[in-house]
Amino acid sequence: MEAWQTFAYIAASILFITGLKMLGRAETAKRGNRISAVGMLIAVVATLLAGGLDYTWIVLGLVLGGAVGALAARRVQMTGMPEMVALLNGSGGLASMLVGWAEYVRTDDLMAFSAVAIVLTVLIGGLAASGSVIAFGKLSGRLDGKPLLFSGQKVVNAGLLVIAVLAAALVVAHASGALAGGGALAFAVVLLVALALGVLAVLPIGGADMPIVVSLLNSYSGVAAAAAGFVIDNVVLIVAGSLVGASGLILTTIMCKAMNRSLANVLFGGFGATITAGTAQMEGEVKPLSPEDAYFILEAADSVVFVPGYGMAVAQAQHVVQELAQQLTKNGAEVRHAIHPVAGRMPGHMNVLLAEANVPYEQLVEPDDVNPTMETVDVAIVIGANDVVNPAAKEDPSSPLFGMPIIEVDRARTCFVLKRSMNPGFSGVDNALFLKDNTRMIFGDAKATITAMVAAFKEG
Amino acid sequence: MNPLLLFVFVLAIFLGLELITKVPSQLHTPLMSGSNAISGITIVGAIVAAGEGGLLATVLGTIAVTAATVNVIGGYLVTERMLGMFKRGKDA
Repeated sequence: MEAWQTFAYIAASILFITGLKMLGRAETAKRGNRISAVGMLIAVVATLLAGGLDYTWIVLGLVLGGAVGALAARRVQMTGMPEMVALLNGSGGLASMLVGWAEYVRTDDLMAFSAVAIVLTVLIGGLAASGSVIAFGKLSGRLDGKPLLFSGQKVVNAGLLVIAVLAAALVVAHASGALAGGGALAFAVVLLVALALGVLAVLPIGGADMPIVVSLLNSYSGVAAAAAGFVIDNVVLIVAGSLVGASGLILTTIMCKAMNRSLANVLFGGFGATITAGTAQMEGEVKPLSPEDAYFILEAADSVVFVPGYGMAVAQAQHVVQELAQQLTKNGAEVRHAIHPVAGRMPGHMNVLLAEANVPYEQLVEPDDVNPTMETVDVAIVIGANDVVNPAAKEDPSSPLFGMPIIEVDRARTCFVLKRSMNPGFSGVDNALFLKDNTRMIFGDAKATITAMVAAFKEG
Repeated sequence: MNPLLLFVFVLAIFLGLELITKVPSQLHTPLMSGSNAISGITIVGAIVAAGEGGLLATVLGTIAVTAATVNVIGGYLVTERMLGMFKRGKDA
């Protein structure tokens, strides 16, 4: 590698680091993203100018991939953002896997260390790629969102992992000359097992755990890129890939904390399929309310908190929620949107939806901010959220949700729950909130319900 | 293969863990898509494979360049679009 190229890669690394740091703060996020994009441009140009390259196929790939990426980024709906992120994770993992494969094919005398790096790149990249495809399928509803468990699943996974390690060892042994022959068969086994593991790892994970899976796959795609850096002896891949691996890991940890669960429990638990419902008896009765009657309560409210969940995304209700929020503000009420970190199907899902609907971000608050003031809230409106407001998380030690931080809407003066039916939430756990004295159930499509409330305000 | 690369790897992981502390939840999605675009750096390896390999390596490399470019362009643009939607009350 020539000196100027090394300097270009160092510059790119600095820009990635600076950009990523700035991406973590609201004031600087936009600039951070652009700075990191400039870093990417420098790295790509430096690679293209290295000389000795036939550009024909490179340009084809750049044009094709650029068109697909730009089109997808422009056309995707904010409700479809989890699927988009899953696809991006998948394409990154796939690219790293193929880089490892291509290096394996075109290098005649592999050193043992490089062979190890290649095998790791293929394994992690392949896992991220196929896992993301399954995650995409679940997120987009093409696959059943429920955890898919079969007996002996753990044995199968463990068996595959053993096969992967053995095949990987064979690849390395062949490459380093300890065994004769090319080891191509062993390599093919590594490739296939990596893809199978990705599928089997994501299938048993339920829809409500998707925020964790998506951030974990994000982390894998970074680690795969770092591993590819070892394969082609390039520091910029290692630096950039590690940064992404670390940031994905941090997000994963935040998500796990917000659900009070360990990563191992998410990955192997098949939550919702294995638990038996809590033993505590539910007492009280359901008190339904019509949107028109709800209007009279809202009209008198001074403080209103919206608690959105995945149901708001499904009903595409974010725009009418903002309309109602504006009517309430006009009516003199203080309006806030309380967002639980794991509400929705990816980290930050609700924030993105509400931002699309022009909700100013000062109105978005986290559970820790809103819970201490809950007694002064006149109306809490729960839209398609369930587990993140289930009081059993605080009160019922036998509940599988026990210990999870929640938004304590049961302490608000009145709580509206917008829901299609009395079905329990994704976790399959009953919600005592629905039967509390200060809770009113408003059944039906959330969008239609809120539209009716807005109409009542406009007439009122 | 240079063993110093392992050193770089370990340091970079630590740097990454220190770099992103206390991210507000509204930035979780942009952080994810923006960092994901960075993982498209594997495009560097893909370009080399597509440009100087034999037949099979060129095929694999070309697919890799395509996938990595989707990752890079899609990731940066969608992050830009999302961040553009975050507004303070006075601009909304």
